Order: sequence, then C-alpha cells, then structure tokens
Amino acid sequence: MELKPNIPDGPIEKKWDRHRFEMKLVNPANKRKYTVIMVGSGLAGAGGAAAMAELGYKVKCFCYQDSPRRAHSIAAQGGINAAKNYHNDGDSVFRLFYDTVKGGDFRAREANVYRLAQVSVNIIDQCVALGVPFAREYGGLLDNRSFGGAQVSRTFYARGQTGQQLLLGAYQALERQIGLGQVEMFPRHEMQELVLVDGKARGIVVRDMVTGEVETHLADAVCLATGGYGNVFYLATYAKGCNTTAIWRAYKKGAPFANPCFTQIHPTCIPVTGEYQSKLTLMSESLRNDGRIWVPKAKGDKRAANEIPKEERDYYLERMYPSFGNLAPRDIASRAAKRVCDEGRGVGPTGFGVYLDFHDAIERLGQKKIEEKYGNLFEMYERITDEDPYKVPMRIYPASHYTMGGLWVDYNLMSTIPGLFVLGEANFSDHGANRLGASALMQGLGDGYFIIPYTIGNYLAREKFPAVAADHPEVRAAEKAVSDRTERLLSIRGKRTATSFHRELGKIMWEHCGMARDRKGLEHALGKIPGLREEFWKNVTVPGSGRELNQSLELAGRVADFLELGELMCLDALERDESCGSHFRLEHQMADGEAKRNDEKFCHVAAWQYTGEGRKPDRLVEPLVYENVELAVRSYK
Amino acid sequence: MKLTLRIWRQKDAKSKGAFVTYTAEADEEMSFLEMLDVVNEGLIQRGEEPIAFDHDCREGICGTCGFVINGRAHGPRERTTVCQLHMRSFQDGDTLTLEPWRADAFPVLKDLVVDRGAFDRIIAAGGFIASAIGGAPDANAIPIRKENADLSMDAAACIGCGACVAACPNAAAMLFVSAKMGHLAMLPQGQPERMDRARAMVAQMDAEGFGTCTNHGECEAACPKAIRMEFIGRMNADYVKASLTGGRRAAGSEGGSG
Ligand SMILES: Cc1cc2nc3c(=O)[nH]c(=O)nc-3n(C[C@H](O)[C@H](O)[C@H](O)COP(=O)(O)OP(=O)(O)OC[C@H]3O[C@@H](n4cnc5c(N)ncnc54)[C@H](O)[C@@H]3O)c2cc1C
Ligand code: FES
Repeated sequence: MELKPNIPDGPIEKKWDRHRFEMKLVNPANKRKYTVIMVGSGLAGAGGAAAMAELGYKVKCFCYQDSPRRAHSIAAQGGINAAKNYHNDGDSVFRLFYDTVKGGDFRAREANVYRLAQVSVNIIDQCVALGVPFAREYGGLLDNRSFGGAQVSRTFYARGQTGQQLLLGAYQALERQIGLGQVEMFPRHEMQELVLVDGKARGIVVRDMVTGEVETHLADAVCLATGGYGNVFYLATYAKGCNTTAIWRAYKKGAPFANPCFTQIHPTCIPVTGEYQSKLTLMSESLRNDGRIWVPKAKGDKRAANEIPKEERDYYLERMYPSFGNLAPRDIASRAAKRVCDEGRGVGPTGFGVYLDFHDAIERLGQKKIEEKYGNLFEMYERITDEDPYKVPMRIYPASHYTMGGLWVDYNLMSTIPGLFVLGEANFSDHGANRLGASALMQGLGDGYFIIPYTIGNYLAREKFPAVAADHPEVRAAEKAVSDRTERLLSIRGKRTATSFHRELGKIMWEHCGMARDRKGLEHALGKIPGLREEFWKNVTVPGSGRELNQSLELAGRVADFLELGELMCLDALERDESCGSHFRLEHQMADGEAKRNDEKFCHVAAWQYTGEGRKPDRLVEPLVYENVELAVRSYK
Repeated sequence: MKLTLRIWRQKDAKSKGAFVTYTAEADEEMSFLEMLDVVNEGLIQRGEEPIAFDHDCREGICGTCGFVINGRAHGPRERTTVCQLHMRSFQDGDTLTLEPWRADAFPVLKDLVVDRGAFDRIIAAGGFIASAIGGAPDANAIPIRKENADLSMDAAACIGCGACVAACPNAAAMLFVSAKMGHLAMLPQGQPERMDRARAMVAQMDAEGFGTCTNHGECEAACPKAIRMEFIGRMNADYVKASLTGGRRAAGSEGGSG
C-alpha cells in the first residue's frame, strides 16, 4: 500500500488556507444528519467533540474515566506554546514551525507542523474566551515562560496546572453541548473494537465498564483521540489507565502504526524508590527555567547536596550546551542525565538521580515568587519524597512521558482507513522523533478545535453512507471478537497477575528500547517478548466475571495489547538503523555522544501495517521532504 | 509496618455492603494506593476479587480517587488527595476504616467506587462560558487584573473529586458549585451569563438531591485543593441577585452565541 499524505500544493504559508477553501462543505442544515464518534475526552477529544457539535454534527463521545474532565490531559503541568510574540522577543509562526521541526530532529512532516504553528495563535484566543485563567502580569496581560528547545518565551501557563485549566475549558464546552443534546457522553466505556463496513470506519464496539455490557455504536465517521501509549514501560508519568487498546484495535484492522519507537523519556521526574512503585511523577520542564541541574564532579560523592561546594559541582547541561543550558531539549537532557549516572556520579539512594536546584533562583527572586510560579509542583514533590525543595534540591531522573509515534494520518488527520480520524497524542503527525515541551497541549487543541471540524466535513461531504444494520456481519464479528477476548481472559485462571506481566514487560522495554538502544539489546527483547506474551495467555489470572465492574479485567485487556505493541516498538527501533531525536542507537553517535542521523536512508516515516497473527508486519514508508527548513545537524551548543 | 484494614465491600449498586477486615504490610515510602495495590495483588493471586477503588493520575490532579479513611475524606493529611498520601502518615499497628463517599447523589457502584455523574450534569446545566469555537477575539484584547485572574485560578483549581460532599454532614455540593461559579464570575468573559449560570447550576444541584449548606465548614477542611468557603458566600450573593432579576431563559438554550 502507498501512504498518501495528501499535502495541499502551494507555498507552506498558504497550504492550509487554500485547502480550507478547496474543501467541500456540508450545508448547515445537513450537518445534523451525520453522526460522528469521538473516542477520548482529553484536549483533542473534548475539543473536537465540542467543536463538531457546535457546527451541528451529532457526536457520541466516549472515555474510560467516570467523567470526561479526568482525561489524562488534566495532568499536564507546564504550559502551552503559541507564536503570539506578545513579548516582542522575535517569535513568529515561522520560528515556532522551525523550532518544532528542528526539535523533532527532522522526522516530522513540514506541512502539518506549519499548520500547527499557525493555529497556535487561535488556540490561546479560544482558551481565554472559554475562561481559562492563564497567568497574567500586573498590567493585566498574559504572562509567558520559556520551555526547552526554544530561545523565545512563548509558553502560556496557568500556575503548574495548565493542562487542567485547558481541559476544563474544553470539558465545559463539551458539557454545554451535552446539555444541549448535541453530544451524547459515554463515560466508563472502553472501546475495544473498530467496525469497518465496505472498508470504511463506521462504528466501534465498547464495553460498559460498570455493567460489562458489550455495545455497538454506529456512525458515519470515527475519531480516535485516545492519547499516548507510554505506559508500555509500566513505570511512566502517564495516568494508570492510559492504554493503547483503541489504536491497537485499529492497527489490527488495517491502520498503519507510524514510528512506534519514537517515545519520549522526560528528563525531570521523581526517581524510582521501590519494587511496589506504581507510577512516576513528572516535575514540569518549566522548572528548568529557574532550577539548575547538577551532579557532583567526583564519582561516588555521598555528601549531602548543601555540603558540596560550587566548585565541586558539575552543572553539566550548562557546561555542554552553553547557549540552551538547562533548557536543552528533552531527549538531550535525558541522555545527559543517564550518562552522568552511568559514570557513577548520580545522587540519592539508588544513584539514579540528579539534582534540580532552586537555591540560586530563590536567592535572586525570593521564595514568594518561586512559590507563585511553581507552588503546586513543589508541594507535589514534598508529598511524595518528604523533602522540602525550597531547602534541599530536588532529585530527578528521566521517565517515559510521551509517545511521538501513533497511527499514521494524512494532512487531514485521516488514517488509511476511510473515515477513521486520529487526533492528539494518538496520531504520529507533528513532533517527529522528539517533541518539544508545551507542544502536546498545542497539538491536542489544534487538532480538536481547529482542524478536525474542517477536515471531517470534507470527508462527509464527499462520501455516501448507506445505513448499517445492527446485525450486519461486520458488526456481529466485532462484537464476538470482544466477547471472546473477555471470555478468554477470564477462563485462564493461571497464577500470575496482569500487573506482574506488565512490570516485566516494562523492564524489558526500559532496558532495551528506552533511552539508549542497540541491535543486540533489541534482538534480545524481540526474543523475550513473544515468550512473555505466550505465558500471559496461559498463566494470567483474572478474578470475577465480565458482567460487572471488574478492574482486573480492564487491566488484563490493556496489558495484553501492550505485550503486542512492545514487540512492534522493538522491531521499529531495530529497523531504524540510525539515531534521531529520542531514538538513540548506540551504534550511531557523533564523537561527542550526540545522535547521528542517516538522512540518506532514513529521512522518512516508517508505518507498520498489520498482516495477520504471527506474521511480520509490512514496513511502509512516507518520504519526508524539507523545502522550508534546511536539513541540518541539530545543535544546541 | 503492619496495618489492619476494615474495608467497605459491596458487589454492585443493588447489593448491600459490609465491612471486611484485611491485614496489610506496608513500607513508609509507599503511597496509600500502592499499599492497596499490594493487598489487591495478594487477593488476585488467591483468586479473590480485589478491592475496587477509583484512581488514575495518582498525582492529585484528575480527581478520580477518593474514599474516606477513619472518617476523613482523603485521609488525615490536609490538602492531600488519597493518591498523594503516603504511608509515612500512619503508624505500625494502626487500624484503618475505608469507606466510599456517602451521599444520596453519589450512589455506590462497587466497594469504594461511586458515581459522581451529578457533578457533570451541574456543569452541563450552566458551568461554562458559551463562546463559539473559532470566534474568539485576541487573547490580550481584554486585560484582566492579576488579582482577579489569580482569584479565578484559586477557584478553578477544584478537581471535582467530591470530597466536599462526602465531608459535609448534609452532603451539600456548595463548595464544588461555588468554585465553578467563582472561577467564571471573576473573569470579564464570564459576566454576560453570570446570573443565568447561577440560577441554572443551583437548580441542577437541587435536582440532583444534594443537601443544603448549614455552614459547618467541613468541606473546606476536606478539600485537597484548599478551595475556600469564601466562594460559597460569593455564590449566595450571585444567586440572590439572580433570583431577584428573574429567569430569562433556560441555561444554554441560546446555543452558539458569543
Ligand atoms: C505528567 C504530564 C505532564 C505533561 N505536561 C505537558 C505540558 O506541560 N505541556 C504539553 O504540551 N504537554 C504536556 N504533556 C503531554 C500532554 O499532556 C498529552 O500529550 C496530551 O494531553 C494528550 O492529549 P490527548 O487529548 O491526545 O489524550 P488524553 O488527554 O490522554 O486523553 C485520552 C482520552 O482517551 C480516552 N481513552 C483512552 N483509551 C480509551 C479506550 N480504549 N476507550 C475509550 N476511551 C479511551 C481516555 O478516557 C481519555 O479521555 C504532559 C504529559 C504528562 C504525562
Ligand atoms: S488519582 Fe488523580 S487525583 Fe488521585
């Protein structure tokens, strides 16, 4: 199959305008005749559902939490980028575009990124209109902070709870449409199958997580905005329920999965403390505006942080990347932390930690100012570690945080399955091999508020949608697949819990497909995962029944999918025989340890197409062409 | 440390529940939910049904978690959700009683899991600004006093967990509702619908069967996000004003304006 990105012609600044003009429109009176399914209620899902409902489409929206307001977007802390240039520091749409393409190490599609930078400006306007209480300066205007990989201040924020406030804005817009009857909301419903009729996405099969009922919902188009799959590592900064199930079902129905190995390991998370640990907590990148990262110069220096004099500290990011310093991009900062810890200079009980120190900032700005900017993060840190970061430096270490990979989509956010659209973190489109901080929220709302409302109309207006009977063979087959799977999971009654398998998979992935990868390790992982999966299907134990609220069953279903996805990630990482952004192959590095790309062979998107159980998937390729940013070695020195 | 846990077990919304006693081993560094994870892993391995409890972010922001520990919503530590609570807050030998939020408007679904859909319906009734997507003016067109933006943010920090309802002897939802009204009422964008919002949200709150506020203040003490009762005062003032000016329309019926 050929991947057709469907990028509009013309100069990059004109593509989106021109495309919008050329799109077919659905007449306002006809919009209510169409039903669109939105799976997900995060920024992309809630934003998209609300925007489409406002246009007049009937929308059915699904999420696994008890309320759409709890989608994982709620946890984003630091901020959202926009090329507003309110601070006159040289920002522009082009610069945001350029920074994002460069930050992604030249593995993103230019046209999508440019459009994202364009709509970023509208996003902030929209959020303010919806009542998002962004931070303000004394003059009453909006305040900004800086994030990694940029030399301008373009990040808008609401204390350390930016994701919460943006999501509440989108959620309130969604609830308004629910109140008006335009959106029907299905919380505590998990999508488990995609229904294809005549090759088009026409519905989904869900499990009602309270009653266990298996239900089919039919529609004219299906949008997936189900977030990232970083919980494949078990320990991650994601909410516990985040999963790959929805996109994995779509993959197995034929939608190619692009760049699965591009996963972001965030440099500043609270380090692991014990075996029982269930998740890792992020400390926002915004902290790197004021915090300085360091480790002792000497190996095995066990003195308390405040007993180590300045001359004996290595502020390694400032030393290695003088122009970006502590604000070097995430992949680079994470690898640097790993390197100093591997050298034996890590801090804390496990030696897997580095300091993030606010001493100088508190001296410069006063504790009150720091509290105002980061109060809730400091409090969160204190709750977990029992240490006061106003007095002693934070200890941090990298952790799984975001997935750049996801279902392949064209410029219209449509996968290769007609009528299957993918939004937000669930798609692969805008961040290449590494995402810059504060750009995921931007992409989620951009996709939801400003892109899908247009592109869905263009699709609906061009196609015909004969009614699908409730007992259509495809519907029946999808329902049966869901019930059979549930039955199978419940009938094994083995000896190990789903969590124990998940933890084991996570260790394999972290070790061999995490911050640094090589052929040997990846081959080793590829040898181990199928065995673990086989054991899972023989030896997992899931108590209870399928006809009730059953959290063990939910978890087991998700782990089963991670056990398949993990293998695909390793395969992708193995075949991409270069380093780029987050994908660091030890075999391919510069003399100074930076990632060494191979543009001749790998300047493309790799999208995997499912070819059947036990068969190697096909590797499809979308070549990437850089016409507006010169393909260059990424440097932050 | 060793603990005795008395936990509310209830099969589903229709069944009757009862306390069941378990013993647990925990480590100081564990979070409270990790301690329960370990108990559950043991139960699953023995083929028994684990204790159902809601949780997701496990960092105090999504508002999914929440149950009562020894009579206190979210447990003993102030301004802390149960997912942020760590075992260092307890002592070896403690007996802890865990039960779900108790309120008519929050029916128990299973064990410690309740249905908080009533909160969503209150928001759907009027907890929003009706601003059509795509039609917004420049974000800096209306400067907002920093003090107002900050106060709005204080209210907007509510995570909708329901602890305020669980803590209130009358199971009132005033702190939740007033936080949303306060968030929007402090902003210029929130003014046009301010009175309609007050009427619609209060009407829905009453329809859901929440109790009335008699100023006990338990809500404020239980709130993990330190939402202040001062917002209840502001809400009451708005509601009185709104009642005097009379109803203009059902909330949201205008659709797409603004
Ligand atoms: C701790 C943390 C902090 C972050 N901070 C920032 C930041 O400061 N700036 C930034 O730009 N980005 C940040 N990010 C990244 C950003 O938050 C996410 O990438 C983004 O919010 C994802 O939004 P989304 O709408 O795509 O998906 P999500 O918000 O993850 O929503 C997914 C939705 O899909 C639903 N769902 C999933 N699977 C199913 C299923 N099978 N059936 C039914 N429903 C399903 C869920 O219920 C949910 O509603 C952060 C991420 C983390 C983990
Ligand atoms: S699990 Fe999210 S607030 Fe506790």
